Amino acid sequence: MSVPRFWRRLKNLYNLIGTRCEKCNEYYYPPRNMCPKCRRSGLMVPFKFKGFGEVLTYTVMHSSTKDYAKQTPYILAIIKLDEGPNLTSQVICSHKDIHIGMRVKSTFRRLGEESERGMIYYGTKFVPLINPSKEF
Amino acid sequence: MNVGIVSYGAYIPCYRIKIEEIAKVWGDNASSIIDGLMIYEKSVPDMDEDTITIAVEAARNAINRGGVNPERIEAVFTGSESHPYAVKPTSTVVAEAIGATPNLTAADFEFACKAGTAAVQACIGLAESGMIDLGLAIGSDVSQGAPGDALEYTAAAGGVAFIIGKEKTVAKIESTYSFTTDTPDFWRREGMPYPEHGGRFTGEPGYFKHVTSAASGLMDRMGTKPSDYKYAIFHQPNGKFPVRAAKMLGFSTEQIKPGLVVSRLGNTYSGSCMMGLAATLDIARPGDRIFVTAFGSGAGSDAFSIRVTDRIDEIRNGAPSVEELLANPIYINYATYAKHKGKIKL
Repeated sequence: MSVPRFWRRLKNLYNLIGTRCEKCNEYYYPPRNMCPKCRRSGLMVPFKFKGFGEVLTYTVMHSSTKDYAKQTPYILAIIKLDEGPNLTSQVICSHKDIHIGMRVKSTFRRLGEESERGMIYYGTKFVPLINPSKEF
Repeated sequence: MNVGIVSYGAYIPCYRIKIEEIAKVWGDNASSIIDGLMIYEKSVPDMDEDTITIAVEAARNAINRGGVNPERIEAVFTGSESHPYAVKPTSTVVAEAIGATPNLTAADFEFACKAGTAAVQACIGLAESGMIDLGLAIGSDVSQGAPGDALEYTAAAGGVAFIIGKEKTVAKIESTYSFTTDTPDFWRREGMPYPEHGGRFTGEPGYFKHVTSAASGLMDRMGTKPSDYKYAIFHQPNGKFPVRAAKMLGFSTEQIKPGLVVSRLGNTYSGSCMMGLAATLDIARPGDRIFVTAFGSGAGSDAFSIRVTDRIDEIRNGAPSVEELLANPIYINYATYAKHKGKIKL
């Protein structure tokens, strides 16, 4: 990822800021400029997701790109956020513990780096809730 | 003073390595090290965690616990000796990640293990003078210890954030006092991966001289004595130093017990003393007075006198307590630890 590309997406990566259509009340992540349901009559506004959701499905990655080689085996999951949209993200937990329906919350982690001398990219991953009754 | 702690939050990575596991690799006597340091295990960051990610998690816990609007935060200061960038502030990433940008000032602090409390003092000054509404002071570290060095048994990872302001405080800061000299007990040169230290020299002329001088200085200035405080926290580079410092000053073991988390956590450097205060606030009752003394090599100590307010009971359960963060650790072996800490160069 180039520095300008990361910088342009920084707010969305750090804080799960997507969009919501005020006409049909549908939520989108990553953000969309136009509501695919309401088309031109939709009214999209920025929306910050709370960061809670559940695992819809997952896979354990044993073979990865060079950037993630040290982290194998790691878990890549499709997470359904409580507000509705699904997104793909790494879930930080043991592959023995991960399961469909697991409650997860967003966490702030390193996503990668350009090189040892280059920029470090930060953003959102997910972890199991410590205490689901308290939502943390 | 008319300022205090509006909210606080901590973060500890879930991984731990036991002292026995490290000692096994280097052929050391584990029980003798445990007896000497009074540390049984230490926290280890994940491969994608660093000072910035830990600072953000601690700051978010502070914001959530107090129900604070991040746009009110007008200063973010992060103290650490393991900032990921040599040039590029940790605090700008933190400010952006908590939604406090752009109307604020931000800077990184460095003063070995007391950079976090130095940040607290800066926020106290800015909030007291009315220059800012709220200030966020963080101590966060993924501290380094060279393979086989004595520091490797204690250098841990964790962070704590305090939001400082005038209104709706959970603890009033009654006064603060610092004691600082040029004492070369511990250092890390530019570009070097691991710090160097003066061995036993870090004790008497370093830790004990500065901690006892700052603590006595504050009590003299305020006209207080150890028995006026319900709890006390002293910087905890290991389990023995804070116990001895407390005894030298006249504090009891019971007073320091709630904040003495080092034996299960290790030394979180800039987060160390602040973690003890967070653990103490987790159990303190309204009206309790808390005495805090941080120490940073180089060397200096910051002492604080704090009085807990009624609001503590309202916000206490809004974020994980230190005990909850310490619970259910995942133990790793030395090879995994070396991988997590980047000690293996490919």
